[in-house]
Amino acid sequence: MAKIGIIGYGSCIPRNRIKVEEIAKVWGADAESFKRGLLLEEKSVPSPDQDTITMAVEASRRAVLRAGIDPAKIGALYVGSESHPYAVKPSGTVLAEALGATPECHTADLEFACKAGTEAMYICSQLVKAGSVPYALAVGADTSQGAPGDALEYSAAAGAAAFVFGSEEDKIVAELVDTYAFMTDTPDFWRREHMHYPRHGGRFTGEPAFFKHVCGAARGMMAKTKTQPSDFRYVVFHQPNGKFPLRAGQMLGFKKEQILTGWLVNRLGNTYSGASPLGLTAVLDEAQAGDRILVVSFGSGAGSDGFVFQATGRLASVQKLAAGTREQLDNKKRYLDYGTYARYRGKIRMAEK
Amino acid sequence: MRDVSIVGVGIGHWGELWNDSLRDLAVAASLKAIADAGVDRVDSAVIGCMSSGIFTGQEHLASVLGDYLGRGPLPVTRVESACASGALAFKAGYAEVAAGISDVVLVCGAEKMNDLDGSESTYALGTAADQEYEGYNGATFPGLYAMMALRHMHEFGTTRRQLSLVAVKNHANGLQNPNAQFQMAITPEDVEKSAKVADPLRLLDCSPVTDGAAALILVPTELAKKLAPGGAPVAVRGIGHATDTIALHSRASLTRLRAVEVSAERAYQSAGVKPADIHLAEVHDCFTIAELMAMEALGFAAPGQSGPMVERGETAIGGRIPINPSGGLKSKGHPVGATGVAQILEIVEQLRGQAGGRQVKGAKLGLAQNMGGTGGSSIVTILGA
Amino acid sequence: MQPQKYWREIPARYRLEGGRCKKCRKAFLPSRLVCDACGSREFEKARFTGTGTVHSFTMIHTPPSGYSGPYVLAIVELDGGPKLTMQIADCGADEAKIGDKVRVEFRKLTQVGDAGVLCYGYKAVLV
Repeated sequence: MAKIGIIGYGSCIPRNRIKVEEIAKVWGADAESFKRGLLLEEKSVPSPDQDTITMAVEASRRAVLRAGIDPAKIGALYVGSESHPYAVKPSGTVLAEALGATPECHTADLEFACKAGTEAMYICSQLVKAGSVPYALAVGADTSQGAPGDALEYSAAAGAAAFVFGSEEDKIVAELVDTYAFMTDTPDFWRREHMHYPRHGGRFTGEPAFFKHVCGAARGMMAKTKTQPSDFRYVVFHQPNGKFPLRAGQMLGFKKEQILTGWLVNRLGNTYSGASPLGLTAVLDEAQAGDRILVVSFGSGAGSDGFVFQATGRLASVQKLAAGTREQLDNKKRYLDYGTYARYRGKIRMAEK
Repeated sequence: MRDVSIVGVGIGHWGELWNDSLRDLAVAASLKAIADAGVDRVDSAVIGCMSSGIFTGQEHLASVLGDYLGRGPLPVTRVESACASGALAFKAGYAEVAAGISDVVLVCGAEKMNDLDGSESTYALGTAADQEYEGYNGATFPGLYAMMALRHMHEFGTTRRQLSLVAVKNHANGLQNPNAQFQMAITPEDVEKSAKVADPLRLLDCSPVTDGAAALILVPTELAKKLAPGGAPVAVRGIGHATDTIALHSRASLTRLRAVEVSAERAYQSAGVKPADIHLAEVHDCFTIAELMAMEALGFAAPGQSGPMVERGETAIGGRIPINPSGGLKSKGHPVGATGVAQILEIVEQLRGQAGGRQVKGAKLGLAQNMGGTGGSSIVTILGA
Repeated sequence: MQPQKYWREIPARYRLEGGRCKKCRKAFLPSRLVCDACGSREFEKARFTGTGTVHSFTMIHTPPSGYSGPYVLAIVELDGGPKLTMQIADCGADEAKIGDKVRVEFRKLTQVGDAGVLCYGYKAVLV
């Protein structure tokens, strides 16, 4: 069986941040409880001119640059998001046009709460594996909205990650060893048609939803690949808050240092469809040839996708070709006050137009 | 080609004229010009208007003016070249008389701008820029001129104070013009503390949104001698007209107005005069920086020397070359389609010696420069007593 | 804005696709039928780089309808390409200066009301 894998990856994190204290102040909430309980310090906020499509384009441009391919040869691209700017009309066509991947390209917009990004990765990897397309581009991107004052408002953030999958062995930077999917119908979090903010089941989002599916997928993935936690240099879990992925790691027998490289949530927030994919980009920025990486996403509703990657010798040569994920997370930050944040996120009722 | 003279002028008070519609303004100014000329007939009319369609929803101004002038089936032509629509109307009327097509031609410029709110009128004016590659990206006219100003400061050391002094001078002149929108003196500090519009330009660097109209009557010079108009006939000595790129960014230099330079060369050549011969000028000061750049393009100042020249007072009434004695667009107001006609009207009144408190003494040769957009079109007219 | 008017300009706005005069090599965005420098009518498709230099700029405090300010507007000279008018995103009034290096990013410019087409294109960011 021919090898397939990631040949290029990229990320996009907006420059704006808001601190947990700034949000808590407005609602008279206790910032310390969010910081200690959920391990959240601050989160990214998109500028008014950034949305899922614009971040998908920026992340994808970096991925294509690292892949070093002609974008016209991308045969399929999928954008996974729960915040597609159009309810009807694909994000993927804009992305394809911006990259120069039209017209011989298949696209679809995907949605599965926070795992739409890994859905795209799953489909792309299988299309390349089947030999249907030479290259396939998978994007997870979100500009998530938490209702004002809701616990989600402290974490709902913005970011995008993109991966080009290919099968030419000399191009692969992270070989895809195997995949695994695990899902049930579990209504822990949802947003109905025409509704602006999502609803969630409170503590029901924990054990029966996040932990059951993440641990189920991780165990299934390791069983399928005959691996155990110690076989991995890195593990990336979906990260709706700081606590959940650390606890899942503990439950599965991973050490904290295996998790921390791809654990961005304390200062990035939950980028939903971008969350575990962005964690993977941060790992790829650091990983060395031979390192094995386990990725387990989670999407409410609910399900988890598992991936095992193994870094190749080419990875080191592409890491510095574009802005790294931690580089974007740590540098050029602009802190917003709540008023500006509310304006940027369209939370202020404006005159009708 | 016949020599052409201006024998009648018509203008009213400009400003926020809530009671007047576009047709009221155009017709009133036209009737005044006809009366001033003392003519008993009009053979043809030209109306310059930039954007009545966006500002008021009314196009087909030929029919509107022809209808409301009440002179039967008058042939009327509407022309447009953004903020240079007025001077373009004048050029069209001039050509019609010079070519012998008509003997008595009415030239009217009009714009009704206050039927839109601020951001809508900013949009309407923005249509004079490259809609797809300037406007789409959020460019506004103050913004485009601001980028010219910043470049002028960067390349020549032009100062914020020099820009302010243009506005101060034009407001001082406007105080002497009963038709001006603003009848108020301002200080450089007033300019520099006024609201920010597009850095480094502030509100008092910008010409206002204005409702207004102006009209002229043109006849062959031969015929002018037989009329007994409201003042001595004023001869059209030369007209120059040129265009430049629609987008500011397409130009090699942001600090040169090529269309103004070329239209000026053509006007000087057809009049057989040079910049030093000109006694006074009305220039298109839609923004303070525009007056400085126009001075340089017209040959009144060397490149980069316009700011110091204003500082020395050489462009004030009584200075070496008074510029914008009417108050300019800055103080008199800028109903975009009317401006070019009103500039020529001011030169006529100055050459007739009827400019009252703003009279430039001994004025025999005057120049009017009217431009569209960021200088994408320019018309320079030279008139002689 | 009607979608057809927006759609027509997609290659130029999404990926800086313009033209280059085959004879004198002058770069244009959008492409033209006649070169204004040498008069040639032969052009080749050119995709300009996404990097450039700030030639001039301003902070727009009074935006036109459909745009919300303040924002920085600039004329950027693209490396090996034409000068273009574009906003500098995520930029404060005192952050930009003439000569600054920029990179072009894909951003939203405006939208047609609450239900109309979303309008994307290029903006610069300071590097």
